[in-house]
Amino acid sequence: MYKFSYGNLKEYSRLLSAFVAAEKQKGLAVEVGNDLGIKVTLSTLLGLKGTDQDQVAVLVQIASRSQLPFENAENKVVWSGWFCCISGDDLLESVPEDFTCLSLFLANGAESYTAIVGSWFQKTFDCYFSRLTISPLNLAWMAAMWTGCKVDSHMAATELVFSVPCIPQSLDISYAIHSEDAKALWDTVQKTPGEVTQEEVNLFMDCLYSHFHRHFKIHLSATRLVKVSTSIASAHCDGNIKILHSKHLIGVLTLLTELAISQIQ
Amino acid sequence: MQQRENAKNPKQALQVRRSSLSAWQIGERTAGPKTADLKSAQKHEKGKQQSASDRAGNSTQDHLEQALTYFERVKDYIPLKKNEVLQKHLATVESIALQRGLSPEGLDVLLNVALSGHLADTVNTRILKCLIPASVIAESSVVSAVSWLCVGKCSGSTQLLFLRWLIAMFDFIDHKEKLHALYGFFFCSLQDEKLCPYVCHLLYLLTRRESVKPFRVRRLVDLQAKMGMQPHLQALLSLYKLFCPELVSITLPAKMKTYFKNSESLWKAAINTIRRRNQGTSPTSQQLILGTGHPQSRKRKWNTQLILPACSTDANNPTRSKEINHADILSHSESFPVEQLHTFSQLLQNIHRLEFPSQMGSVLRNSLLLHYINCIKDESIYLRLYYWMGQTLQEECTWYKLDNQQYEEEFKDFLDIVYKTECFLQEGFSSCEEFLYKSLPLWDGFCCRSQILRLVSWIPLSSFSEMKPHLCEPLAQLFFTSSLYFKCSVLESLKELLQNWLNWHVMQLDVESDPKISPLNTTLSGLVNSVAELIHFVGWIATVALHLENNATFLLYFILDFYETQHSCPSLVFICVRIQRALKSLPFVHSFRYRTNLVAAKENELIKKTILQFKFSSQTYQEYNQYIMAMVGCLWTSSAFQKDIHPQGIRLDPEVLKKTRVQEVRNSFNIVHHPALMGYAILFLQQAWPEDKTLNFNLIKGRRWNWYLEYLYVQGLQGLKLFIESSINRVSQVSQTKSGNVQV
Repeated sequence: MYKFSYGNLKEYSRLLSAFVAAEKQKGLAVEVGNDLGIKVTLSTLLGLKGTDQDQVAVLVQIASRSQLPFENAENKVVWSGWFCCISGDDLLESVPEDFTCLSLFLANGAESYTAIVGSWFQKTFDCYFSRLTISPLNLAWMAAMWTGCKVDSHMAATELVFSVPCIPQSLDISYAIHSEDAKALWDTVQKTPGEVTQEEVNLFMDCLYSHFHRHFKIHLSATRLVKVSTSIASAHCDGNIKILHSKHLIGVLTLLTELAISQIQ
Repeated sequence: MQQRENAKNPKQALQVRRSSLSAWQIGERTAGPKTADLKSAQKHEKGKQQSASDRAGNSTQDHLEQALTYFERVKDYIPLKKNEVLQKHLATVESIALQRGLSPEGLDVLLNVALSGHLADTVNTRILKCLIPASVIAESSVVSAVSWLCVGKCSGSTQLLFLRWLIAMFDFIDHKEKLHALYGFFFCSLQDEKLCPYVCHLLYLLTRRESVKPFRVRRLVDLQAKMGMQPHLQALLSLYKLFCPELVSITLPAKMKTYFKNSESLWKAAINTIRRRNQGTSPTSQQLILGTGHPQSRKRKWNTQLILPACSTDANNPTRSKEINHADILSHSESFPVEQLHTFSQLLQNIHRLEFPSQMGSVLRNSLLLHYINCIKDESIYLRLYYWMGQTLQEECTWYKLDNQQYEEEFKDFLDIVYKTECFLQEGFSSCEEFLYKSLPLWDGFCCRSQILRLVSWIPLSSFSEMKPHLCEPLAQLFFTSSLYFKCSVLESLKELLQNWLNWHVMQLDVESDPKISPLNTTLSGLVNSVAELIHFVGWIATVALHLENNATFLLYFILDFYETQHSCPSLVFICVRIQRALKSLPFVHSFRYRTNLVAAKENELIKKTILQFKFSSQTYQEYNQYIMAMVGCLWTSSAFQKDIHPQGIRLDPEVLKKTRVQEVRNSFNIVHHPALMGYAILFLQQAWPEDKTLNFNLIKGRRWNWYLEYLYVQGLQGLKLFIESSINRVSQVSQTKSGNVQV
């Protein structure tokens, strides 16, 4: 982002509020600073950092005021999104002055708001948003890594979804495993704790595939992995992420940042 | 009435009369009490008086003056139907106005009359409709006309018509400072619903940054809330947003095209006439700033459509949002909004305070901003453009991401725009280069072919060994497996590439005085190496291509074209001599060009040696010499295919020559027997021995060889002449020559 300054967040909030309100009712002018029924706040998230050199994360929230004349009608957050960059330094070259690099953008809420906020940022700071697509290879990595994480509380099942292109409609195969079993398998595959190599991931997946094949006679290796869901987080190849466990948040975000940066370059 | 000294001459009728009204008044004071009837009577008298003098001068001019005087004086309400005088004067004014236009003073008079409410509405309407300026409109007359609006005597429809007239004639008003001062007055007239659209249009023309105040914004927003989404209000609010985005925000619906009703229609024909007549002295019409947005043709999810952003001012300017610095306003140091940049002269005037648009990608469409980029040395600009372009190219590439295949047309247009920008700036973009390196291995050679090949020609100069795996290998793969047309296109783009490198280098030589400016890897030897390797590469693929395509002449044309561009190249020509084999079946044109190439290269090389200091290895010199000798051997001494030790030479074993079953092989390439030059030989023989029906080529030797040579020179084969004279040292004039020392 060009000429983004953390000091002007309040100003940005005002402008963005007006912009969102104007976009929502096309053609109707909106005075900046007015009580619009829609309030956007930009704030910093101080804890969301990997290393000290990372840029501070920015949180954007759109709250709409309810129209009902209750006195303590609170603002309901209808959309939120945040920019962050976790441990991105070793991957990015030194970014010159005037430029702020926050490579990951996560959004939660209606797509229309995402579009509006995104276009405002693009127009104001000359940045570029693109969808993060996760390849099956990376999804497999995620499956392996997240299965290996220790989770104390209740573990949900580990689920892998595969897609087979068929006519007329694509066929989705969902493969669910008990997380304890998956973890046990992974523990046998992984040689050094804390390190994951490509061969280990491949081995892990091959084991799963062959197990499936034994029962159903379907070669999953020929299909395309589209979704991985573990007790820590779930990820879809379109970029939909669900983070289920707050303890591993930074880890998941680090991985996603890495993917984002590799997609940019 | 006094006779006027000047302006009798019809030629002078077009000139602006600078006389004051007092000249008329002097004449009138002698008239007496000013009632309408008396006036008309007086006018009748004067008309009679005038009729005599009419023959002398310009009668229409007089009539006009009379009419103007009449209108100036009239104070009471006169119904049109009954008063013939009024009708007559009105007709005069109308006809003259339509023919020539009215002077500023005349306009002043008529405006005052029309808006004062003295006359009937129909008269007022007719007057306003014929208020066509001959040259300019005085600002004072407009101001006084506006002041009549305050009195409130004229009817609503007249007011409306006046506003429309003002909008239509806006460009003809000479100074506008007072009008700007009246901005607040016009703003108040927004109340009136009927006038509102036209007032908005007028305000649109008058608005400057200082005019945008918060209370005005509030007023307009309230109006909009009351009246709904009127296009004129939207337009005015958008203009406000343009100047002060921190006060108001509005998003225009995508499909709107026209915002203001056309006020010009009544006067359009007349205005065009005036403009044509004044031809450049009249001001150009102000273009609406709300330009045509890029139409969104298809419904796509946001940000998946390839849109070049429109130029919009950077709202993210910290100096603007907070307290307005009054000193700044006074010193006019505010920046010039980018949307208003339409002409080159505007660029020159405002170059010190121009800001870049908030999205750098929008400069691609704007040639004026590209000029500006050329002047500015700010790194961040290039960086912004680099990031944006890199991302866009990657995301929108149709073979990179399979989803994008349907949007090929848009991608093609985008690549076209990038190419045009590169040609304009005369340098390539590094983001474009990286995109090519990434995508060429995946390219099928078919999609967006011409665009990609053109972009190849703008790859910036760098070490060839770096380029080789990324560019040359995929390109070579595609090259060998594709059609003739593709091969020729590739050769052409490589030729352009070479050309661009050489051009760029020439420019660098001028700049070399400042070592900071020249980037890395551009030493002279680096250039020579890269160029040499490129030529080598092209030579290689060209040879193979010729084999594959069976020496197609179309291909040959492109190859020769490539070699011709090396005339300015300081390195030596590496001729791939296998091409000479193809010369067997060459039509004349190519052979000639080939020789011209060779000769010109030699000539240039001699010149260049004195200018630049190159370290040519002796090896290259030897190669060059051998080529020359081979050529000379073919052409001159009838000793083709002999002793050529060069590995790429054209030495052929005698057995192979026998197989070709060409008789007299040794002779077959000299200047007489060469297929390309045989036509000339025949003509020569016919001229020399017209009686002789059989063509005996062997006659051409000895003295006649020289004649033949002269004949060829006369026919215009200058290239040949140059080559022979520079390469061949004739031992004796009379006897047959030997190919002697090859001069280097």
